[in-house]
Amino acid sequence: MKLPGYSPLSGNVRLYEVGFHEIVDFFYKLAEAADRLREEGQWMAYGPERLPETITIPRAGTLRVKLGFPVYQKGGVVMDVTNVEQAEIAEDAGAVAVMVLDKLPYDVRKAGGVARMADVKVIEEVMNSITIPVMAKVRIGHYYEAVILETIGVDMIDESEVLTPVDEKHHINKWLFKVPFVNGARNLGEALRRIAEGAAMIRTKGEAGTGNVAEAVRHMKLIMGEIWALRSIPAEERLKKARELGVPVELVDLTARLGRLPVVNFAAGGIATPADAALMMWLGADGIFVGSGIFKSQDPPERAAAIVLAASLWDDPESVAEAQRMISEQKSMMGIDIRKLKPEELLQVRGAEA
Amino acid sequence: MKIGVLGLQGGVYEHVYMLRKAFEEEGIHGEAVVVKKSSQLEGLDGIIIPGGESTTIGIVAKRIGLLDPLRDAVKEGLPAFGTCAGAIMLAERVTDRVVGEKKQPLIGIMNVEVVRNYFGRQRESFEIDLEIEGVDGLFRGVFIRAPAFTKAWGSARIISRINYNGETVGVVAVQGPHLATAFHPELTGDTRLHRMWLRSLKV
Repeated sequence: MKLPGYSPLSGNVRLYEVGFHEIVDFFYKLAEAADRLREEGQWMAYGPERLPETITIPRAGTLRVKLGFPVYQKGGVVMDVTNVEQAEIAEDAGAVAVMVLDKLPYDVRKAGGVARMADVKVIEEVMNSITIPVMAKVRIGHYYEAVILETIGVDMIDESEVLTPVDEKHHINKWLFKVPFVNGARNLGEALRRIAEGAAMIRTKGEAGTGNVAEAVRHMKLIMGEIWALRSIPAEERLKKARELGVPVELVDLTARLGRLPVVNFAAGGIATPADAALMMWLGADGIFVGSGIFKSQDPPERAAAIVLAASLWDDPESVAEAQRMISEQKSMMGIDIRKLKPEELLQVRGAEA
Repeated sequence: MKIGVLGLQGGVYEHVYMLRKAFEEEGIHGEAVVVKKSSQLEGLDGIIIPGGESTTIGIVAKRIGLLDPLRDAVKEGLPAFGTCAGAIMLAERVTDRVVGEKKQPLIGIMNVEVVRNYFGRQRESFEIDLEIEGVDGLFRGVFIRAPAFTKAWGSARIISRINYNGETVGVVAVQGPHLATAFHPELTGDTRLHRMWLRSLKV
């Protein structure tokens, strides 16, 4: 059987009425004022640097290549890994990228204490052994972990609530970096604030390390619902909404016009099976992050390949069934019931005030 | 005219958008379709292999039995246009700058050698204005973890080159009805390359 589209928008959510180049132009226009401040010596302006009319020598790290990078991750699966061996399994299974961590989110949860970015040596080993992009996580607000990751050449930085935040009130100003960032969000306000701070990609927060996709579902539905609501309210209400969310009204208007977030939007947090991946794609995700779901299962290579298949062909029931057949529920990671977690054990609330 | 865009992974809808724009600008009565299974290859006048991760696209295409029919169709004359990962898929010989030779499923029809991640990692991804044979004026090239053409033989021809760190490498290649670019014309809104390819398909 084939399900109808989840919402009036989800059929169209991948078909831009507006071209990628218009989205890039939008951010440049939005940044003109910030740019003038920069010329006046204002420190840490929030916005992209403008480009000359004609580029004769390669210009690295522009807004277009930062927003463009996640476009080529769409329809794919990014897998959490902790070493070279796991990274190779991920690449062979068809992952579009790997995310290097010190511990998988499930183990972060078990271990407690302070969770920090992964070992630089491990990240470098992984970069030298696989051909696909390598991402790594930094603590929310930790500018210097991000500086280190950009310096060693990581392809994308995840400013992640899975690690212990160093600043509950402020996220990194991501416009300052040449490497693109991905941030988690639980609702439209968080997503748009992160985009205004320069995030090139958004993912749902979900509840990492639980093997329970319920929170990712909740966050994705909330974001889609909020975008749908934006489309049906008059301009003055959107202005009010923008003030409420703490973002420029132009960004709210663009989101309403597109009927989707203006950047690539993945699902993350608790995805453990091919069916979970297909569910999130149906809800409107552009792609999938799998954290503990693969390497905390008893069948990592099969499960990794199966989730890749389901994310790519989520709209073909035969292929999703075939993907699900490749794994065994007996071997799935043990899930954690989110209702049994104490409020202080929830990762998703981290950085939510900012 | 019916053009397919291989839809397994990557910047699929960006090409659909560009095709629609190009059809309109050229006054072509055309249709752009997303191709995810071999039955959808029938009746196509051309196929675009988009950017993405070439390993992912190849592995999924092979697993679902789409790679062989696609290769056969292209070999039998279905014109192909590959961008970035798509260019890698079309190349006969592929290596990686850091990792070297790595086995990956390919279409492998164009007489070119491609080096993956030639310019480095994402940090080194860049924009530059290019001169391309057959295109008037400059064309903005958006290179994202891009490959480069390091050799061409047989009927393949390099029609645009850049100088990078003292080496000159190819960034656009043609071979009969096939076109391959190391960069992403679909990110600029500039349809000149899409239109050039579409015009070459018209009988």
